[in-house]
Amino acid sequence: MTDIIKRIQPQKFLALGALVILYVFFAIFGQNFVSTSTHLNILAQSYFVGFLAIGVTFVILSGGIDLSIGTVMMCSAVVGGLLYRQFDLPLWLCLIIVVLIGTTFGLFNGLMVTKLGLPPFISTLGTMMIAMGLGSILTNTRTQSYPSLLEADAWFGRVFLREGNFPTGAVWLLVIFILAMILLNKTKLGRYTYAIGSNEEAVRLSGVNASSWKCMIYVISGFFAGVAAIFFAAAYTAIIPGQGQGNELQAIAAVVIGGTSLAGGIGSLSGTIIGVFIMSVLRTGLMSIGLPAPYQNFFTGVVVIAAVWLDIQRTKRANQVKKEKQVVQKTA
Amino acid sequence: MRQSESSRYILEMVDIDKRFQGVHALKKCSLNLRGGEVLALVGENGAGKSTMMKILTGIYQADEGKITYFGETVKFKNPKDAQDAGIAIVHQELNLMNHLTAAQNIFIGRESSGFFLDEKSINRKASELFKRMHIHIDPQEKVKNLTVGKQQIVEIAKALSYDAKVIVFDEPTATLTDAEIDTLFQIIAELREKGVGIIYISHRMDEIRRITDRVTVLRDGEFVGTRDTKDVEIQEIIQMMIGRVTYEEPKQSSTVSPEAPIVLRVENLNSKDVTDISFTLQKGEILGFAGLMGAGRTEVARLIFGADKRSSGDIYVNGEQVDIKSPHDAVKHGIGYLSEDRKRFGLATGMSVSSNAVMASLDQHVKWLFIDAKKVRSVTQAHVEKVDVRTPSIDQLVKNLSGGNQQKVVISKWLIRNCDILIFDEPTRGIDVGAKSEIYKLMNALAQSGKSIIMISSELPELLRMSDRIFVMCEGAHTGTVSIEEADQHALMTLATQNSSLSRASAIGGE
Repeated sequence: MTDIIKRIQPQKFLALGALVILYVFFAIFGQNFVSTSTHLNILAQSYFVGFLAIGVTFVILSGGIDLSIGTVMMCSAVVGGLLYRQFDLPLWLCLIIVVLIGTTFGLFNGLMVTKLGLPPFISTLGTMMIAMGLGSILTNTRTQSYPSLLEADAWFGRVFLREGNFPTGAVWLLVIFILAMILLNKTKLGRYTYAIGSNEEAVRLSGVNASSWKCMIYVISGFFAGVAAIFFAAAYTAIIPGQGQGNELQAIAAVVIGGTSLAGGIGSLSGTIIGVFIMSVLRTGLMSIGLPAPYQNFFTGVVVIAAVWLDIQRTKRANQVKKEKQVVQKTA
Repeated sequence: MRQSESSRYILEMVDIDKRFQGVHALKKCSLNLRGGEVLALVGENGAGKSTMMKILTGIYQADEGKITYFGETVKFKNPKDAQDAGIAIVHQELNLMNHLTAAQNIFIGRESSGFFLDEKSINRKASELFKRMHIHIDPQEKVKNLTVGKQQIVEIAKALSYDAKVIVFDEPTATLTDAEIDTLFQIIAELREKGVGIIYISHRMDEIRRITDRVTVLRDGEFVGTRDTKDVEIQEIIQMMIGRVTYEEPKQSSTVSPEAPIVLRVENLNSKDVTDISFTLQKGEILGFAGLMGAGRTEVARLIFGADKRSSGDIYVNGEQVDIKSPHDAVKHGIGYLSEDRKRFGLATGMSVSSNAVMASLDQHVKWLFIDAKKVRSVTQAHVEKVDVRTPSIDQLVKNLSGGNQQKVVISKWLIRNCDILIFDEPTRGIDVGAKSEIYKLMNALAQSGKSIIMISSELPELLRMSDRIFVMCEGAHTGTVSIEEADQHALMTLATQNSSLSRASAIGGE
């Protein structure tokens, strides 16, 4: 029993507690906060940031960073829209291509990091700008649109956003989240993700092909950016090329709020998903108490700083305890 | 000796040559190993032992030379090749993934045959390994929660788990307690019994005598010779290692005159780690600090230096009371601290010698907001020559220097800052035999020139050789001060274990 308690990270409780407190706070003070439409809104805002955050959690756990996911998502989405509207490809095929584009960008990042040895920050910063530019170039900076609930192919919105009042998107998020959990916790890929984040050299010296696994981690991040693009398209239908910056930071913020260390090796997907919901509850909640958009950014910033600060305090205490324990062991 | 039954070599490394960007690291080095023997590989730091072993285990590739393994010529392109062939290594620096469990660390890369993990099976296998080693470690415990000694055991378990035919131990005992060392030697004896060939790298002569069959000595990347351990004197091995005899006697008497002024006086220093520490330090004196690991010596140094908070106590520098709240205050009063972990706390290893040398005194080398590069160069150059840092130029990056030379850079840093009181915390840790005596010489010269030195060391012979007086601590308290005339290892050890019920437990330095 104590074993189980020891293995659960307190940060997750902290984040979960914060989520509950935020929810209760807005339920009391917000206007119309406890309503189906608000809940649907919270969920809808969690989809694409959620997928981005799941993907980038892998990268951050491995000690890297992926700044490109926001614009890669937008680029994939606009190209998908272009193929659908201008080239008349069937929607299902467009969606597959959307995911493939994201995955390809991920591979590009992975190769730059592992083969060229570029720092992840730099290579994904470059990809971020390349993706943003490429989306605009290919579409001639024209806004691309996906079918709304009233057009042909209306199944798109129903499958990926909601069917009446039923949030189908949430089902996708849940299912993919569980699959990602399995990938991270039950497979070699997940093990090497944590291992590389802990000590990459040790992994290499253990005879593991660390660089190809690392490349794979960036591919996963790109894949999730592609998946996020579908849900972004479902939520907004009109995609403006040349945008998408900032979404990666939302995703990274969610990961950090969820207790994943930017230094790598420590963290979890469940923390990430809680982080995603903290941000969307905050956003929707602030609106319900009548504060406009700029306040949302402001408070998101505060939450990120508070979350990391709390985490540092906690680690400090844990180290202190460990140190004292070691001294006791040595003198005993 | 078991050589009679299998005197055939299982491993031969012949004329191995290796260069790194102009540095000739190995010059036609050779060694050979029989099954069921323990071969000591010794040499000063930088002699090429680690490079040799990295070539054997596929981390580096030799430029020239031949490796024969069970009669076949082999070339290992990467660590995995070597592992697959049955060659395992326990690295000197811990190569563990802290956030993973012990079992996960041991079986990294061999989790399961499929894509999915099998935690149960690796936990079971790890348990069996630990049982075989007579060690209690929970396979599911995260490595970061283990003591350094236990972490080392996990490394060793990893090497054992390969069922290797050759195992290399690169200074495995540096972080182990006596009990853990005994366990390790027992494991090595069992492996040898089974016919495994073992290469054992160590600086500790007593260990080499205790467990090895033969000794191969390298010096400056060259093969010096191989001897049977039972036929060779330790003095001879040391001589082979350094090419000269440097063994020196303990200091006979204090060189400080009783009238020398007191430069540092500490009264009733208390903190959560230490109780009621009082002592004085005279001008030109070397005051040794003896004690076991965890006795509170480093803690006292950190209190004086303002790195930790003291709960009470007074510090007087040159007779005046000073209030030291931070290292900044300490340095202002001329106190410099040379940490035991140079790379983490003493140096910015990615920066040049000159940048490091003026790190503590940059504000003295500034002209109109700009760093006075000319002055920095001349000051650094002068000090580099004075303390004899062996570096091609003062622009060389510190990480490219040897441990002894890095230590000299730290010393220059405090000399340039004009510190008169220097606290040396384990000044020769990780420094090889030859460079050690240079550091000793330098410290003596500093003391003669009027600097006052506190020297914390876990090596009693070193303290006996250097100190004018020795201050002994045990469990955070002062247990006695011994003048050098009265001091010997026995007296110091008695004081260092005075409060402790288990007087020999975890004793270090009593070689």
